[in-house]
Order: sequence, then C-alpha cells, then structure tokens
Amino acid sequence: MSERYETHEHDVLVVGAGGAGLRAAIEASAAGASVGLVCKSLLGKAHTVMAEGGIAAALAHVDPQDGWQTHFKDTMKGGSFLNHWRMAQIHAQEAPDRVRELEQWGALFDRTADGRILQRAFGGHTWKRLAHVGDRTGLEMIRALQDRGVHQGLDVYMECTVTRLLKDGDRIAGALAYWRESGRFVVFKARAIVLATGGVGKSYLVTSNSWEYTGDGQALAYDAGAELIDMEFVQFHPTGMVWPPGVSGLLVTEGVRGEGGILRNSKGERFMWKYLPEARRGEYAADEAEARRWVEASVEGKQTDAKRPPELSTRDNVSRAIYTEVKEGRGTPHGGAYLDISYLPAERVKKKLPSMYHQFLELADVDITKQPMEVGPTTHYIMGGMRVEPDTAATTVPGLYAAGEAAAGMHGANRLGGNSLSDLVVFGRRAGAAAAAYAKSLASAPRVSDAEVEAGAREMIEPFERSSGESPYEVHRALQDCMGSLVGIYRIEADLKQALERIEQLKSRAAKVRVEGSRMFHPGWHLARDLKNMLTVSEAIARAALLRKESRGAHSRLDFPALDMAQGGVNYCAKKTASGMSVAATPLPQMPAELKALFDAAPAAQKVGA
Amino acid sequence: MSAAPTATREVVMRVYRGDKDGGREVEYRVPVEPGMVVLDAIHWIQAHRAPDLAVRWNCKAAKCGSCSAEVNGKPALMCKSRLDHFAADEPVSVRPMKTFPIIRDLVTDVSWNYEVNQRIPPFTPRKNAEWKWLQSDVDRAQEFRKCIECFLCQDVCHVLRAHEMKHQFAGPRFFVRIAGLEMHPIDGADRGEFLKDHAGVGLCNITKCCTEVCPEGIHITDNAIIPLKERVVDRFYDPLQWLWRMVTGKK
Repeated sequence: MSERYETHEHDVLVVGAGGAGLRAAIEASAAGASVGLVCKSLLGKAHTVMAEGGIAAALAHVDPQDGWQTHFKDTMKGGSFLNHWRMAQIHAQEAPDRVRELEQWGALFDRTADGRILQRAFGGHTWKRLAHVGDRTGLEMIRALQDRGVHQGLDVYMECTVTRLLKDGDRIAGALAYWRESGRFVVFKARAIVLATGGVGKSYLVTSNSWEYTGDGQALAYDAGAELIDMEFVQFHPTGMVWPPGVSGLLVTEGVRGEGGILRNSKGERFMWKYLPEARRGEYAADEAEARRWVEASVEGKQTDAKRPPELSTRDNVSRAIYTEVKEGRGTPHGGAYLDISYLPAERVKKKLPSMYHQFLELADVDITKQPMEVGPTTHYIMGGMRVEPDTAATTVPGLYAAGEAAAGMHGANRLGGNSLSDLVVFGRRAGAAAAAYAKSLASAPRVSDAEVEAGAREMIEPFERSSGESPYEVHRALQDCMGSLVGIYRIEADLKQALERIEQLKSRAAKVRVEGSRMFHPGWHLARDLKNMLTVSEAIARAALLRKESRGAHSRLDFPALDMAQGGVNYCAKKTASGMSVAATPLPQMPAELKALFDAAPAAQKVGA
Repeated sequence: MSAAPTATREVVMRVYRGDKDGGREVEYRVPVEPGMVVLDAIHWIQAHRAPDLAVRWNCKAAKCGSCSAEVNGKPALMCKSRLDHFAADEPVSVRPMKTFPIIRDLVTDVSWNYEVNQRIPPFTPRKNAEWKWLQSDVDRAQEFRKCIECFLCQDVCHVLRAHEMKHQFAGPRFFVRIAGLEMHPIDGADRGEFLKDHAGVGLCNITKCCTEVCPEGIHITDNAIIPLKERVVDRFYDPLQWLWRMVTGKK
C-alpha cells in the first residue's frame, strides 16, 4: 500500500458537505457505518448555504388542498415529463417527513398564524408549498444538518479535494485527494462512496455558483465509468443581479416573485402574460387585478380563489422571457428586466426578504422597498448528472452513489424552485442508507491499487513541472466565454459544433497549463485540476445539447423550437469509451398506470417561448 | 441609482503575502470597475498577477462567511467591502484575521472554532413538547440563526485577540449559537455549567466590538451575551433562586 501517503479508512466516504452530503453522512453513520465526510471548503460553507427561497414539501399547512400527488404532478410538468417518475414520486412522498425532521433537529422555520411551519408560493407549484426562513432557508438547513452531524461523530475532512476515484476491478475502493492547506496527498480507502458534489456553474461566466461548482462529482464518476444523463439541461435562473459588474449573476431569490414581485420591461409593460405557455395559461391570474388579489390574500395569510401571478411561471420560461425582452430592445440600462416589490409595505419586504434588501442596498445602492431591481438570467443549476437508481441513489458503478445536484433524473428538463433543497435531504438520506448497507454487505474490503494512486499523484504534480505554459485562469476564462456565448439559453447547431471544437482546443491547453510556487493553499494549482472537470462536463453538455433536436424545459434550440414527442421518451447518456466521450439516447423509464392516471389528460404540447 | 459608468481608474491594493514564518504587504495596481468590492480586486490579482494568492471565498454574496479579512485594519467580509467607500487616492490594505494562526496569505487556521462548536450541548427537545409555536416565539432565536460563521466577531474580540484566552472562552460566535439553542421554544438542555465553566461567558466585559463588526447585524452583546450572563448569575450567584431550586428541585 502507498505508505508514503496519509491514509484513512471508512465504510462510507461522502464527498461534498452540502445538504445532500451531510444528510447522507448522518444516515450512513446512524446505520452504524464509519463515515468520512470530505469537503473542498470549510464545513457549513457549501452551496446549500446560498439557497434562499425555501424547501418544497406538500405539508398542506397553508393550502390544505395540497398533497404529494399534486407535488408529483407539478414536478413532472415542470420537468417536461423527462423526470424519472419514481424519483419524482419518492421525492413528493418523502419531502414532508424530511422537513419535519429538520425541525426536530433544531431548524426554526417561519410560522403560520396557528403555529405551524409556514409555506410560500413559488414558480410552477400549484399551492403554497415552500417551508422557509425569510430568504435564508439554505443557511438554516445546513446549520441544522451540520450540528446534527458533528454531534453524531462524523470524521470531517475540511478543505480537502478529491481528484480521483480508485477502483478494485469494477467496484469502488477509495479516493485520492489533497489537502488544500498543505497540498499533500491523502488516500481514502472506502467500501462505498457517495458523491454529493453539486453542480457545474463555474463553466459559465455569469453564474450564481461559487468556485466550488466545477462538476467534480460528475467528472470523477464519468472517469470511473459511470453514466451521465440529461446534461443538456442547464437551468438559467431568471433573476440574477446584472449590476454592478462585480455582482453580475448573483442570485435574486424566486421568493421575491413568490411574495408578489412584478417583472416589467423598460417600457413599463408587465410582459410575463405574453410568455405563458398556452396549455398552462389557465393556472395563472387573468389580469393585474386578479394577480393583485392573490398577493393581498397571500400577505394576509388568507385563502383566495384568485390565481397566481404570471411571474410564477417556471424558471425556464421566465428566463427565456427576460432574455427575449432584452434582445428585442426592451431591456433595462444594464441589460435586464425590472423586478419590483416596492409596492408592498417596506416592513413586509424587509421581514420576508431581508438578505435581498441588504444585498441590493449594500452592493448595488438600490433600496428594493423603494425602487425596482434590475435582473437577468444567470447559470444556476444542472438538472443532468449521474444516472442513479431512484430507490438507492446507486450509480452504474458498484459502490458509487450520488445525491443532490450531482445526480440526475429527479428534475427532468427543468427544476422547480424549492425542489432542490427537498431533493438534497430526500435522496441524501437514501444514498447514505444504501451506501452503508452496501458497505456492510461486502465480505472483504476492496483493495486500493498503488499504481492508481501513483498515477493520480503524478497527474497532479505535472503543472508544477512544466517549464512553460499558460495560467489556468486564462483557459478557465476562455471556457466560460465559450459556454456562455455558444451553449447558453438559446442554442443552435452551428454554435454547438463550434463549442465542441473549442472545448477540444481547451482540453489540450488545459493539459499544458503551468503553475509555480509552493503547493500550500495554491488556488491556481487547484484551478488547474478543477478545470479538467469543467471541461468534461462542458463537453457532455454541448454534446447532449447537439443531439437533442427539440426544445424542452431548459434546453431551447432556435433551430428546433418545438417539443418532439419521440425525444420526450429518451435521455441522452454520456459515457467514457476508449475513443472518448460517447453520447447516445437511452429509453426513459415509463410511468406506471396508477401514476399516469393522476394527470387529467396527456401532457399537452408546449411551445417554448410562445 | 449611482450606476453611471466611471472612467477607468486604478486602486493600489496592499495585500499581505506570507505564512507562519513571516511575510509582508505586497502592492498590486488593480483596475477599478463600478461597484467593485475588495474580493473582486483579489480575484483580479489571482487571475492576472499572482495565481498562488491564497484566499477563502465561496458565495460572494455575504451569505457564507468565508472571505473574512482585515481591510484597512477593520475586520470585514471582502465581498461586502466596496472599493468606492474608501478614499480614491489611498491604498487599500488587506490582511488576514489576526486572532487565528496564519496558513498562507489571507487564509487562517480557524479550526479552533469547530472544536468549540462540537463541545456545546446540542439541541435537545423537551419530551412531549408540542411542535407548535408562534412566529413571535422564534423571532429572537431566528436572529441568532442568521449567523454565517465568518468569525469576524471572534477576530475582533479582545478576550481572544489580545488576551488569547481560547482555552477558557468560547467567544461571541458561540454565545450566539448557545443563545439560539437556549431560546429555542422547546429546547430543554441545561447549558448553565457549560456557559460558566467552559465557555467563560463571565470574561466578556461588554465592549460590543463583536456587535459592531457583525455583517449580519446580530445584536450579539445585547441580545445574546447579556441574557446568557444573566442566566449564569441567576443560576449560580442568586441566593433566592438557589433556595427556590433546593425546595422545588427545578433547574
């Protein structure tokens, strides 16, 4: 064994300490497994902390008509029926228990007048469904999980980056990582690994994501032989900040629209009505007066027959709407749309959206209780990721599990706001349980190969050994420009082909980057490795986007603007082969009859942007 | 909106470069964009001048509490420190938090905080409690739960910074956490002895430096520390309360 490297051994190694990773680690540990939890940042800083609006669960505290069936239907419709039905079902059924569990672990959600967990409206959700804490729900969730976890006796390896999954034959045997602080390598021997590494946003220039979001889990799993599906579906959140430049892309919570925020263009037109899909128009308020009645009832915590405002359409649709308004010359001075909540009482805004209030006041000199915000689409989330078994979160590699944003299937072609936080805890728990059971079931521990460890370490050292080469920052910036301009909200064949050519060139450039100096906390060196992951996921996104010749959910093709029923029956699946990345259509699992019966009629064809 | 584009100007950033063996401030000239914050300038330096400049950051939106440093001598989040709030012709100095051991450049070893956190008696719901409470019952505790663990309050607290009493004083961050637990409507744990003997709440002499630097605007001294001090005094030093507990057997 590689005695020259620090080595730790666990039944279950969880990579990533956001909501999914923490929940998986807690569950595996509760099942008696010895658990290591590895994270790139300090504990409690993962991207979950940035989630604002809430966690979706059919608790039916505010709208008693709600139930798991409606949540399931909303999720499938929001995902343009490309979701794995079983994941959407498990999620809708289990989310309420997971929210109550968070409360039992100390989370303090906002309350209804009768003392129960309060729920707010969000895009694409039929009823008020998001349990929340003002606009800092993710922080509440990660603290509750973090405190539960540390008192349960997890071994946490903070500021530690996994660079390679190690296998014994077909199955998982461990991982190679380095300490960010010292740059020294560390070997984890593990019977099972849960990847909960989040998304890929850093491949794009304008993003709400932090430096950590470099597609690590997807790329590590791909290299280890796992399948990635639905990679073409990247969610552009409709409301990111657009000004000033330094905060461009920073998230503006959908909670603003949930609380009644109105979108207008530079001519003062409330444009969202124009963009509602015909098939779903009946679910939204017919005019300003009805939308206003809905908001007033919502503020007073009362039931109403008024339908929700058109701003609460799904994210894919609102993003396209804003993009189109700007492109057609009706944008704000900094190229966005106006989002206005200032017509509500200032105290209400500050109480329900405190971080938004401070964020705009301090970073953009805008008082949102008096002025509208300027917002525009920002790369936010990837629906695609590792293909998993719905019940166990198992990937196609024995011993490898995935949960949260890194996994695919739950959200189909577009995720509803609030369904991510619930996804994290529902499938984090299942992944932890299944990984612990698998680890226990193995007769003997898998063996880590010295040669594989050495190869991984050598690969990491190379950028220091080159005598010339460009900075990884330059290659990263070029990738971000490429993805933003060629694989963005609207896609077209020529652009996608060009993107693939550029990604090929960037791969060779990334293989030759040079870094200098010490390995101690060296961000340039860290980026040199993360860059490879970003290139892998970017290639998967572009390849899948090229193959999906239709517009569905978050994937909009200018050259194929309509839904194609045939392609509604397939996922595009990326896999590593001897000759590089192969992407091919695989059949979508079919919903059983009893679930189909929940939908009144077959899904009506939905014209994108119409 | 003060969003009018301004002519390109440069700012001189003096960034501390070094490790446990020492270091110094290094000057970098950085082009300024409207609305730019200190963290933007640090990122520009990484991308164009010094790829090995060590810094922690995540959200860039004052939600994660990673990018704590001392900007012009004041503990602050770099993502919230607007360059246009400083004098235009003067250099901006950025140094690591002083209270914690330096690792490299702007990155310090904050692991002690995680050790303290682990020792705090966790949330313990009372048996048979009803999981129903009003918003007004949780407003106070929710204030404490806004904490993003930037540790700026720990950095500025003189008990930790000047007197280095980490072994007997938990620091403002953890009084905030304990207050959040103590004021949870159905928590039933007893943290009295922990507060007095391990967290050392008595050592705080209420200078309110922590409150001043809190980026979340938590009233750390008034709403968390003083009520906790009162609890300890009532519990351990009030003879009437002591007698009452002896008679009734209640804590």
